[in-house]
Amino acid sequence: MNTLLDIKGLTVAMAGLGRPILDEVSLAVHDGEAVALVGESGSGKSVTARTALGLFPGGATVSGSVVVGGTEVVAAGPGDLRRVRTSVASMIFQDPRAGVNPVRRIGDFLTEPLRRIQGRSKAEATAQALELLGAVGMPDPPRHLRQFPHELSGGMLQRVMIAYALTADPRLLLCDEPTTALDVTTQAEIMAILGRLRRDRGLGILLITHDLDLAASVCDRVYVMYAGRIMEAAPSAALTSVPRHPYTRGLLGSAPPLTGPMPRLAPIPGAPLGLAEAVSGCPFAARCAHVVPGLCDATTPTLERHGDSQVACLRAAELIDETQGEGLR
Amino acid sequence: MSTPLLDVTGLCKTYGTNVAVSDLSFTLPAGGSLGLVGESGSGKTTTARMLIGLERPDRGQILVKGEPLAAASRLARAKAVQIVFQDPYLSLDPRLTIRAALDDVLRLHRHPDRAARVTELLDQVGLGAREAAAKPRGLSGGQRQRAAIARALAVEPDVLVLDEAVSALDVSIQAQVLNVLADIRRETGIGIVFVSHDLAVVRYLCDEALVLHRGVVVERGAIEALLTDPQDPYTRLLISSVPHAGWSPEEISEQRRALQQRS
Ligand code: SF4
Repeated sequence: MNTLLDIKGLTVAMAGLGRPILDEVSLAVHDGEAVALVGESGSGKSVTARTALGLFPGGATVSGSVVVGGTEVVAAGPGDLRRVRTSVASMIFQDPRAGVNPVRRIGDFLTEPLRRIQGRSKAEATAQALELLGAVGMPDPPRHLRQFPHELSGGMLQRVMIAYALTADPRLLLCDEPTTALDVTTQAEIMAILGRLRRDRGLGILLITHDLDLAASVCDRVYVMYAGRIMEAAPSAALTSVPRHPYTRGLLGSAPPLTGPMPRLAPIPGAPLGLAEAVSGCPFAARCAHVVPGLCDATTPTLERHGDSQVACLRAAELIDETQGEGLR
Repeated sequence: MSTPLLDVTGLCKTYGTNVAVSDLSFTLPAGGSLGLVGESGSGKTTTARMLIGLERPDRGQILVKGEPLAAASRLARAKAVQIVFQDPYLSLDPRLTIRAALDDVLRLHRHPDRAARVTELLDQVGLGAREAAAKPRGLSGGQRQRAAIARALAVEPDVLVLDEAVSALDVSIQAQVLNVLADIRRETGIGIVFVSHDLAVVRYLCDEALVLHRGVVVERGAIEALLTDPQDPYTRLLISSVPHAGWSPEEISEQRRALQQRS
């Protein structure tokens, strides 16, 4: 299998902060695979996604490797970065309105990169824009070309943004909370479109989201991130049926269920670790119910294999035994 | 039967040609908790704004403990209904510490023992001395929302309207605030109107719910019945839109299109 995105031991640090923004992050997305990166605010999930386009926080020290479609983007020159951004990877964001110029028609917005970057003629670019609008399920492509952004709903505009991302004919689509600002029923539409693109074009997808249930239901594999580190990586089914990291379990226990018994929620105490806070040992220690003083604050857990999952917890093996038979969640 | 806390009849609100809320009626019994469920354009936020007197209904009436809200003075209205928005900055003065903000509200309402009440409120929402001495900007998102809840509770209103009040919070923080709200409900007997797009969260806090679609109530009932045996196609669509194992976005898209073509 071809690896589209291969992040290895990526650390991004900035002077004046208590902890690195990203700390030894490793993550891979293969051809045609949908992978989710789940975390709360400050976890570093969006920063990780942006590194796949060679975008690093200004003034940061970067170590490790980010290989996108065979090209190393850490410390890459402008030529390599341009090639990655115009032919390998594209990104869509949470707020589609932030990405468009309100006084430009959708047609101009879509044909501009096709002409300027991909070198198409005006007629070719228009034909391709029509095709892309069709591919993202817009009902009336010719009419949409003449429309302005304010004439479209948020969900429709997010489809336009996906079409725009496709103008580069990418193999990897980075989706940063693409449905968070949209209605719940619209979310399903966008996810259906992404699923179709993946099937029809063999697109690899990296979905950045705070929603573990969404991640597990549409992606093959899920990475759970906390305070700049990967806490758990597992196939979706394994992650939700046998969550192994205390943080993953805490996240699952924080969302009230829609069906079945409704126990009192057991929230993770405290708040996600800010960038100003220093870490010693396990970054989750301050909020973990299973913390062992002297152990967890002294050693930084690294990802280790347990069953189908990789888990960064010093007590992962014992905790699994504890929960066996107990009925998870 | 005793007078309901809230008695809303025939509420209508139109903006130009856009009907935001059409003929909405419901009652909230003492100690009750009602979910107003819907997406954008459902009219749920317009309804919330009418309930606190931020919008005047074109038609219809809102009675709080049998008294028309429209006839009440500003202070009386504040004692009747309070609101917590998604964005806590809308109800917190950025220049005041949390303690000062709470004290301010109590002074306005001539509360006899302000210091004790402030302590009680902070305790109720789980804020400590450090947070009380901070200004809104010095707090985390979850702490700010707790402060906004404390401020809304300060004058012991009859009804608390929560307008997507936990939607912007991180998952782990959302759970903490939901428990704070569940405790407040149990301990104070306050009436709650919980406006949300999130059915699971509504299930956690409410006994009953109204499902709103384009300004119209399409379904109402006890939340468990509504979730297990939904009658309206839109309610069914909302429920199936919640991601779960074996979720098929394609099917939901088709369901949604079929619904759009019918209307
Ligand atoms: S290493 Fe210790 S503190 Fe960290 S998650 Fe495991 S048990 Fe909890």
